[in-house]
Amino acid sequence: MPAESMTTSERSYLQEGGRFKGVFSWIFTTDHKRIGILYLASIFTFFSIGVIIGLLMRLNLIEPGRFISERTYNSLFTVHGVIQIFLFIIPGIPASFGNFFLPIHLGARDVAFPRLNIFSWWLYISGGALVILSIFLPGGAPDTGWTFYAPYSIRTTSNVSLAASGIFIVGFSSILTGLNFVTTIHRLRAPGMTWFRMPLFIWSLYATAWTQILATPVLAITLLLLILERSFGIGFFEPLKGGDPIMFEHLFWMYSHPAVYIMILPAMGVVSEIFPVFSRKNIFGYKAVAFSSLGIAFFGYLVWGHHMFTSGMSDISRVIFSLITFLVAVPSGVKVFNWIATMYKGSVRVDSPLLFCLAFIFLFSIAGLTGLIIGTLSLNLYLHGTYFIVGHFHYTMFGGAGFGFFAGLHYWFPKMFGRMFNERAAKIAWLIMFIGFNILYFSMFLLGLQGMPRRYFQYLPQFRMNHILSTVGSWILAAGLLIMFGNLIRALFRGEKAPANPWGGSTLEWTLPSPPGRENFRETPVVRGGPYTFE
Amino acid sequence: MSEAIVPRHGLNSRPYLLVWIGLVALTAATVTVARLNLTAFAALISIGIATVKAGLVLIFFMHLKYEPLILKVMLGIALLALSLIILLTFSDVWYRWGAHVHP
Repeated sequence: MPAESMTTSERSYLQEGGRFKGVFSWIFTTDHKRIGILYLASIFTFFSIGVIIGLLMRLNLIEPGRFISERTYNSLFTVHGVIQIFLFIIPGIPASFGNFFLPIHLGARDVAFPRLNIFSWWLYISGGALVILSIFLPGGAPDTGWTFYAPYSIRTTSNVSLAASGIFIVGFSSILTGLNFVTTIHRLRAPGMTWFRMPLFIWSLYATAWTQILATPVLAITLLLLILERSFGIGFFEPLKGGDPIMFEHLFWMYSHPAVYIMILPAMGVVSEIFPVFSRKNIFGYKAVAFSSLGIAFFGYLVWGHHMFTSGMSDISRVIFSLITFLVAVPSGVKVFNWIATMYKGSVRVDSPLLFCLAFIFLFSIAGLTGLIIGTLSLNLYLHGTYFIVGHFHYTMFGGAGFGFFAGLHYWFPKMFGRMFNERAAKIAWLIMFIGFNILYFSMFLLGLQGMPRRYFQYLPQFRMNHILSTVGSWILAAGLLIMFGNLIRALFRGEKAPANPWGGSTLEWTLPSPPGRENFRETPVVRGGPYTFE
Repeated sequence: MSEAIVPRHGLNSRPYLLVWIGLVALTAATVTVARLNLTAFAALISIGIATVKAGLVLIFFMHLKYEPLILKVMLGIALLALSLIILLTFSDVWYRWGAHVHP
């Protein structure tokens, strides 16, 4: 990006903590970069807990009952879902890379409301603490599944209210982040940074932020109604009191489906940044990619009913939701084709960030295409209660959003921490993770087609082979994750010093030193062209 | 963004009084509609009246009238999203029992 910018020897944001010292210079900071790092550390802490729980579940399924009891298993899959969805993948990219890079990409010094920004992290940590607390307090961890479906969630004596309160609070953190991003993008763009000169990562964050603002309040209402019903016996959802349990599912998925796009859109933004840089080519169809983000956010808002095809909704409703579900595939397809077209005839450099992006396209395409299978009303009736769904959403959230996250992590690591990681170890980790991932989750598609019901503790002998395969896959994937995180943590302390622009990127963050100074830009940059200038 | 214009429209209380009377009248209308036994249409009419009331509050009491276009557009997006959600929910609630109770 042609921009008048600076490289100085000023102290980096890692050294310059502001008013406070030590740990307080982090938890009371208003610097968007430090808040991004805070989120990154917290998110990966929760992610590790979620992974360990996931491994325990897979361990049970290799020999049901030997390691874990039925009740514990129910709690494990509930808490695994709650942590990985609400505490890892929803805040994931926007709260960490979004906070760190959104102001820099726009040429701003910080987000529009820096204090609200650190407040959102505090809300996130408080909510997360309540969720973790709900596992250990008397009453037992929630055992409803992460969806909290009524009426069971009303009748169970486990700590549903506590976990729901935690998610309620985390939701507010998400809304504040969204609000901050929309305002920042509208008000704090540097001179010359027109809408169509913004990096595509910003477009994806913009679409995500709107979804966070418009959809999250619905989840807050839903959980509040659930807590009120549990505490005071008001009959919102309990059919015995004239309530409507399907209405709970409507309200829950009105948020939780758009939430899928809160997870995947920022990951799409990350790969849209990486493909042009590693292909040394401008992005193919900038405006198409930008508008497809908005299109996905819009249609993604209107398809929640496809989670409820077997719940007893009206037939008309099921047909409408099935139809709109197919429409989401169009903007998603636009993106996939544009990324591939970007690489076409490019001078492709196969480094770890690009490898994660290629894995993203592969896994996300499987996720999207199996999504069309289960979006088809007739097939859904057969597959809905099976492992096919488990396979599908792990391909979407982990294969899509997760691998996009790891791509961004490798791409921006040198900029964020000023250190280079070992490229060879990163590639080895990538390969092991990619293999492990597909063994772990593809066998779930096969299990689903065979008719293995999801959420079950026990199963019939014909499913055993694929369950063993899947569990072995989970070990391979975990080994890959260990190597990846080990490599990055080692680089934090012993990595080579990173240059300002190790990948040859052309967006504004690469004009700054690695790591950037406290105030980002000494002088506000003036932007004179688009974000990708490789030709 | 609206510091300069607040005093100008803050002085005249007449429009606010009129809007308030309108809101009271609409509340009365909601109560009346609830007693008319209009079955499923009662909900639709109530939502319609509530929308008009919320609109009046937004436009006059919350000064949306004096805000720049971009804020109006943003609110419009939120309202559009909410309307679509309610519409799609009704595609279930309206037809759900019809299909099962009277096959």
